Amino acid sequence: MVRREDMEKSSALRTGNISQSWHDQVFDIVNIIIMIALFALFVWPLLFVFSASFSDPNAVWNGKMWGIPVGFNVECYKTILKYKNIWIGYGNTILYTVLGTVINLAMTVCAAYPLSRKDFVPRNLITGIFVFTMHFGGGLIPTYLVVQKLGLLNTVWAMVIPGAVSIYNVLVTRTYFQSSIPEVLQEVAELDGANSAQYLIYIVLPLSAPILAVMALYYGVGHWNSYFDALIYLQDMNKYPLQMFLRDILIQNKVDLNMMGLDTTQAEAKQKLAQTIKYGVMIVASVPVLCFYPFVQKYFVKGVMIGAIKG
Amino acid sequence: MQALTDTTYTEKAGKRKNCFYRLGKDMKKNPILYLMILPVVAYYIIFHYVPMYGIQIAFKDFVPKLGFLGSPWVGLDHFTRFFSGYNFKNLLRNTLEISVYGLLVGFPIPILFALLLNYLPGKWFQKSVQMVSYAPNFISTVVMCGMITIFLAPDTGIINQLVKALGGKPVAFLSVPEFFKSIYVWTGVWQGMGFSSIIYISALSGVDYQIHEAAIIDGATKLQRILNIDIPSIAPTMIILLILSLGSIMGVGFEKIYLLQNPLNMSASDVISTYVYRVGLIDSDYSYSTAIGLFNSVINAFLLIIVNSVAKRFTSTSLW
Repeated sequence: MVRREDMEKSSALRTGNISQSWHDQVFDIVNIIIMIALFALFVWPLLFVFSASFSDPNAVWNGKMWGIPVGFNVECYKTILKYKNIWIGYGNTILYTVLGTVINLAMTVCAAYPLSRKDFVPRNLITGIFVFTMHFGGGLIPTYLVVQKLGLLNTVWAMVIPGAVSIYNVLVTRTYFQSSIPEVLQEVAELDGANSAQYLIYIVLPLSAPILAVMALYYGVGHWNSYFDALIYLQDMNKYPLQMFLRDILIQNKVDLNMMGLDTTQAEAKQKLAQTIKYGVMIVASVPVLCFYPFVQKYFVKGVMIGAIKG
Repeated sequence: MQALTDTTYTEKAGKRKNCFYRLGKDMKKNPILYLMILPVVAYYIIFHYVPMYGIQIAFKDFVPKLGFLGSPWVGLDHFTRFFSGYNFKNLLRNTLEISVYGLLVGFPIPILFALLLNYLPGKWFQKSVQMVSYAPNFISTVVMCGMITIFLAPDTGIINQLVKALGGKPVAFLSVPEFFKSIYVWTGVWQGMGFSSIIYISALSGVDYQIHEAAIIDGATKLQRILNIDIPSIAPTMIILLILSLGSIMGVGFEKIYLLQNPLNMSASDVISTYVYRVGLIDSDYSYSTAIGLFNSVINAFLLIIVNSVAKRFTSTSLW
């Protein structure tokens, strides 16, 4: 098979020996216009939130800010730093993300490795048992009742155990183990007297760093962004993850300025500040993911592609 | 699935004869593999299969003290109550409308995006568009809904500032039931199209460029190449994803709808999943909520099976 990139390097087609028809020129122009428009459409809302959090609250309130910051103001960030709930939420989210991701990774490897072994007798049966849950499940209430019965409600474990492993990720990891690690390595390791666990730890896992990174990222971002489990399983505010506090502030409009150590007496100034604070918390909550994003986005793409091979 | 095909014929025959013996022998040979997978199997049994067993409370009057098994049977009472309820039609209509609308818009757009991106001149431009298009995917649902709420705010939201600047009258978008579905679907497209297109982009990069070159020499335009080379090449991927999305047509996600719901848009935004949550966890009507959830997932499973067999018959591409 010939890849497009290789072809284009040597191709006469690009050097103008065959000129483009006017159809293609129109196509290219329309395409470029659409893509510029889409580029703006993707960037502008994000830029707007970012700029609004740094702008003069009055300008944002009156619609004077369209994407480029007007004035410079970090008042909202100073206020957010004093907001106790944000800190509680941040701490809890970090805990749930780290603990949850570690459990997720361990479970995923424990499922994917045996299933990747051709000599593992019940692999079809077990794959079937796992895959069935992709298409059918007990639903919200029966699952909730099981979690309740196990005494997990309102504990840290409710945030990490019910979603301990995702079958889709297991299948992707299994496919990676099967396709990227030569089977002959296992024979060699066995000849040298290594058992399955040693082979996994010293040979398979080091060779699987890319897929493990992808999985850690998938699971990690999932934990960071999730609020549903917290909504149904947690009652205690002190255990709430960040997203739950964000929901109070952004959706339910509960910006408690007194709690932020402010005593703003004027109603309008209060509203304006509250609005800027909303933009600020969106940034504060998304910063960890956004900081990682440029470095990790190529791994996300890789993850989807490995998944696509499986189909 | 793939795993089913690579068991050889002899293995299958042997399995039928004495599968327990083989299993026992394998356990002795590779105990570590069994020990490894044990917690995962236990997890699936406890958190997926025990709840499936618990579905029986849909046909019972669940009393927490008596548990799944001990609660008294009531037959189809909860189902008849749901079907004859005043909001049944509305819930079903909203659920179907939102997901069909979402499918009609959300399915083709990533494909078109991938096709166009594939022909975009300039590697650097291509990469930049691609990179920014993934970014919205990593915004949490809560922040996404916060952005929607704040951008569409009646007086101060940036969209209404734009409406005012153009001489129009501000609209309280989220309070108008007619707008709800479009807001939900199009913001979903904004958030998901880039990431959903990755799978098509990777399928397109696998197309042999020699075919394209032959077509160019024969004088094919880019549009003709898209229609006659690219689309047929990515058709299997398209079909698989279409089967999957048709199979979850009743499963409108809870998280985003729940956050965008308010008393004023409820007539357009109340769907089965939000109703299941409200009835089950707010009103604690466990059995009734389970019955509604069961109704929903049975229809989904049924649709998946039908769509899959239709696809298998006509296109030879299918999930299993």
